[in-house]
Amino acid sequence: MPIISIAGVAKSYGSFTALHDIDLDIERGEIFALLGPNGAGKTTLISIVCGAVSMTRGAVRVDGADILRDYRATRRKIGLVPQEIALDIFSTVWNTVSFSRSLFGKPKDNAHIERLLRDLALWEKRDNKIIELSGGMKRRVMIAKALAHEPDILFLDEPTAGVDVELRRDMWGLVRRLRENGVTIILTTHYIEEAEEMADRVGFMKGGRLVLVEEKTALMRKLGKRRLVLTLAEPLAALPAELDGWHVELESGGSQISYAMSDGAEKGAAQIIQRLGEAGVHIKDMAMTESSLEQIFVDLVGAAAGSQP
Amino acid sequence: MSAPLFNLRGVAAIFSAEMARTRRTLLQSVVTPVLTTALYFVVFGSAIGSHMREVGGVAYGAFIVPGLIMLSLLTQSIANASIGIYFPKFTGTVYEILTAPLSAIEIVVGYVGAAAAKSIAIGLIILATAAFFTPLQIDYPAMMALFLVLTAVAFSLFGFIIGIWAKTFEQLNFVPALVITPLTFLGGAFYSIDMLPPFWRTVSLFNPVVYLVSGFRWSFHGAGDVSLTASLGFMTLVIALCLGLLVWIFRTGYRLKP
Ligand SMILES: Nc1ncnc2c1ncn2[C@@H]1O[C@H](COP(=O)(O)OP(=O)(O)OP(=O)(O)O)[C@@H](O)[C@H]1O
Ligand SMILES: [Mg+2]
Repeated sequence: MPIISIAGVAKSYGSFTALHDIDLDIERGEIFALLGPNGAGKTTLISIVCGAVSMTRGAVRVDGADILRDYRATRRKIGLVPQEIALDIFSTVWNTVSFSRSLFGKPKDNAHIERLLRDLALWEKRDNKIIELSGGMKRRVMIAKALAHEPDILFLDEPTAGVDVELRRDMWGLVRRLRENGVTIILTTHYIEEAEEMADRVGFMKGGRLVLVEEKTALMRKLGKRRLVLTLAEPLAALPAELDGWHVELESGGSQISYAMSDGAEKGAAQIIQRLGEAGVHIKDMAMTESSLEQIFVDLVGAAAGSQP
Repeated sequence: MSAPLFNLRGVAAIFSAEMARTRRTLLQSVVTPVLTTALYFVVFGSAIGSHMREVGGVAYGAFIVPGLIMLSLLTQSIANASIGIYFPKFTGTVYEILTAPLSAIEIVVGYVGAAAAKSIAIGLIILATAAFFTPLQIDYPAMMALFLVLTAVAFSLFGFIIGIWAKTFEQLNFVPALVITPLTFLGGAFYSIDMLPPFWRTVSLFNPVVYLVSGFRWSFHGAGDVSLTASLGFMTLVIALCLGLLVWIFRTGYRLKP
């Protein structure tokens, strides 16, 4: 049974449709990355599952329970780090994190809060007011709040937006540790390398639709084209006759030959090199390029979507 | 693990966080009403009281005490409860309340309970302050306590609704400034509506605050401008209306949950 099951969920704001009938299952213990351009509906979808936004149509089950009928049971299992930092700036770090735990009906557990604050490098700041923290620290406080009640499922809505490189690494580490402890993680991001680095599966959203859901490695294999690029010692005016019938292209004013490799095409690469040798063409350099998720993403949603943070 | 039927810890967390907010602003929360009360006594009690010794057999100083408490109770209840929910909406921290395993009732009990508790405390502080200026006599303490609680709850509920409705700080202040303040001043806090010409006396009967002040005064001196039943009935009506509105608000998610 999937830990989250989203079935036919739609959301309209007045006449504007932010989500069109979304169907999505999240498996227990996986890290799922939601990608998509600004306004695609990622935050809206997450907010619906967490209960911060109401859905117009459809149903969501968390661990088998309906999020509307059994909201007490389902919400206790979910932690949310929203996209925007929202904190009571006059509260202290310790108090605001403890507050979150109580809000979810969990009994006091100072040891857990301490571990959390130490994990997130906030222990030294526990008695500081939020207003006295840096932006990155505030973001970590948001994470501590979401984890205060020991959720089984964690939603991270752009956890690393505006966060420095070191902290991003720290967060990735934290997410991995959480996953090792059995926590299911759903994150949205505009940093493709983040999804590439961490996710088991990736979902692309665009215009309120889930365009594609795919296992990350399968996706890379399917869409990520590996290309063999051969740089020639002397530019060619045309491809030599020896390569007739091969799907190769002459690029960069005749100074490069590129070959799109499909699975099991390694032999093809060797043959091309051999045939070029027979034709007397000298190869100066040889490189293999692999398209990243980012390229796949750009291909999918169009250049306008880009990967800006 | 099964979820409990009532999230008591969650309600307690909201309640105590709201109370903590008051402690942070203890000075404004307590000093302001005490100072205002003292000023009212100086201005009204001494200045007017020297011309008007008593009203309906009660010394003027003692006569205005119930009205003064009601004034603060009303404004404090509305102010506390409206800012209590407006602030999380404004800062965005309301997401946590909406995503927590809390029912609408629990959210209301937490916020409105805290606001009401605060204004009751302030009401009692004013009562104690008043005792410095004038000898106090409370004929029906149980009824007084009931009025104190009912008024605080009724207007904290009302304030909570205003806090949800308000989109800006201006709107938040609009209702208290433009509706509540005039009504309280014309509500018979400083005079008995019997002193008014018949026409204005009739008009006053449409002022809800008259019913609050009158009922509360009845608990002090055994006499009021309108009947006790009318006063109690009015309070019940306010509470019922507010609860009805809140049911609608939480059903539709009005300005709380898009
Ligand atoms: N409260 C609201 N009222 C009206 N429209 C809204 C509201 N919230 C979101 N929308 C609209 O819904 C669409 C989806 O927004 P959403 O925040 O889910 O996008 P997103 O994929 O999270 O984008 P981003 O990457 O910028 O965070 C947008 O067009 C947005 O303008
Ligand atoms: Mg978003």
